[in-house]
Amino acid sequence: MAEIVLDGVTKSFGKTEVIHPVQATIADGEFVVIVGPSGCGKSTLLRIIAGLETATAGEIRIAGKRVNEVEPKDRNIAMVFQNYALYPHMTVYGNMAYGLKIRKLSRADIEQRVQRAAKILELGPYLQRKPRELSGGQRQRVAMGRAIVREPAAFLFDEPLSNLDAKLRVQMRLEIQKLHRELRTTSVYVTHDQVEAMTLADRMFVINAGTIEQAGAPIEVYDDPATLFVAGFIGSPSMNFLPGRREADGVEVGGGMKVPLPEALRASAPQSLTVGVRPEHLELGGTEGLPFRLNVETIEALGADSLLHTNFHGTPLVARVDGHAAPAAGETLTFTVLPRHLYFFDTASGKRLRAGR
Amino acid sequence: MEKRVVFKSAWLPYALVAPQIAITVIFFFWPAIEAVYYAFLVQDPFGLSSHFVWFQNFTELFASPEYLDSFKTTAVFSVLVAALGMSIALLLAAMADRVIRGSLAYKTMLIWPYAVAPAIAGVLWAFMFSPSIGIVTYYLLKLGLNWNWVINGNQAMLLVVMAAAYKQVSYNFLFFLAGLQSIPRSMIEAAAIDGASPVRRFWTIIFPLISPTTFFLLVVNIVYAFFDTFGVIDATTQGGPAAATEILVYKVYYDGVKAADLGGSSAQSVILMFIVIALTVVQFRFVERKVQY
Repeated sequence: MAEIVLDGVTKSFGKTEVIHPVQATIADGEFVVIVGPSGCGKSTLLRIIAGLETATAGEIRIAGKRVNEVEPKDRNIAMVFQNYALYPHMTVYGNMAYGLKIRKLSRADIEQRVQRAAKILELGPYLQRKPRELSGGQRQRVAMGRAIVREPAAFLFDEPLSNLDAKLRVQMRLEIQKLHRELRTTSVYVTHDQVEAMTLADRMFVINAGTIEQAGAPIEVYDDPATLFVAGFIGSPSMNFLPGRREADGVEVGGGMKVPLPEALRASAPQSLTVGVRPEHLELGGTEGLPFRLNVETIEALGADSLLHTNFHGTPLVARVDGHAAPAAGETLTFTVLPRHLYFFDTASGKRLRAGR
Repeated sequence: MEKRVVFKSAWLPYALVAPQIAITVIFFFWPAIEAVYYAFLVQDPFGLSSHFVWFQNFTELFASPEYLDSFKTTAVFSVLVAALGMSIALLLAAMADRVIRGSLAYKTMLIWPYAVAPAIAGVLWAFMFSPSIGIVTYYLLKLGLNWNWVINGNQAMLLVVMAAAYKQVSYNFLFFLAGLQSIPRSMIEAAAIDGASPVRRFWTIIFPLISPTTFFLLVVNIVYAFFDTFGVIDATTQGGPAAATEILVYKVYYDGVKAADLGGSSAQSVILMFIVIALTVVQFRFVERKVQY
């Protein structure tokens, strides 16, 4: 078990800096999810922690020790890869025992550790099988077993669930959660899937174009996004954005509609603003709040809820309503939004407007 | 859906394959049948008369110590050529796999020797190692090594093995490199994190994973050493000294063309045909089916 510290870590390929100085601490026993769109540098960051890539500048510390120059095998970490990276010519047992044999553990020790991991992951009946005889979910479990038996200071997960089908992904997500509750090993988990991030993380780092835009507990990030990017990336369906123009003490968002700008934000608000509202905050048939007249274009009925795709003066807006209250397509209806559910962003910088800044 | 092309005309498909069939029949089947026929004949050296002797040519062959020696020579030669050619190629491929800058130039140059004709490769090596004028011989002498493959059978064998393997290295290299590159990077990284050193990774992960390639190349190399090295030998040692490098194929040529024993030579080629058939069966039975791991 160990704390992982990234102190000003940067990475450049040639002249392109793909990771801008990152400052982050992952506490002992914490489950941190690094989430971002593809190509944002999240996997590179994980590989730098693992030692598979070298940092161009900055320092990585695991358990208080600088590891920049330390080989991956000596960092006391274990990694689970997206394609599992199981050794196809070895049995499940052989796959899990490989790292232990290299570390010269006694036979009895290896046996005991592998059996224990197999029990946790319910792999007992498959120990003598080859990876090709296993299903995707079982292979994924073997990959995790290979990490567990090592009893490392930290687990690194590189998009471990993206090769699984939707149903299995949900199941494995729960298993990883359970596993972490049992083992309490520091874990860093990279994914592009915000649902995985929301459900698994003690804390998540939302990363975009090589920069951590926001770090925090999932619900904090969801309720209080720091930037336009984070607001749009976290949450499904994503937040609606209306381009707005500052007008005295309000913001004009199209069609002459004006929403009030909170007093605390007025001093710092620029001319060009973006107003965000989450789909679940557009209430159908509400009596309080700001009324929006929206024309329903298409409906996605998901059962419990329905997503209404509407149009507000040229800007698409999605509203999430009760599955049974769904109107017909083509209707124009009034939705209300409580002013406290509006988010204001500076369109130019992408930053959230905050009071007192 | 039918994916094959179906011809409406009855004769067109036959016309299209006719040239290939003609070449196969005239240059392969006909000589092969002739060889089988001659294997049962004894002919006088001037080719004026011949008579049918059943299996006498074969029984004489297997009673002849020279022929059995040639078998042994061939076995030693092909094992050495395959081992040398494959191990050097594997080493080069493992290195090329790690090279990032200039890898294209490096790979291209490694493939060049394959374009050299066997006879030319043989002459090249014969010159370098020539007992009287060879540059390598000169340096070997300076080191106190007496190099003269014209009279030393083992040195002659070494020379033809080197010349033959030299050509095959390029071919093996290509296949090994492709095999190495098909191994997912993450598997190697997983092994690295598991604590395996590069050498250990090679022997426990990479080598088992390229075993299908290795087995395929083993068969191909043995076939090459058996049948395609005639030019190398003819251009260098011509089977000598004292038949030390006289492999089966060379003996077929020598006995038939130089020694004018058409019957004996034909019998030898019939035996070679059986060896080819056996090797082909091995290749199809084991190589085509993926080696299981």
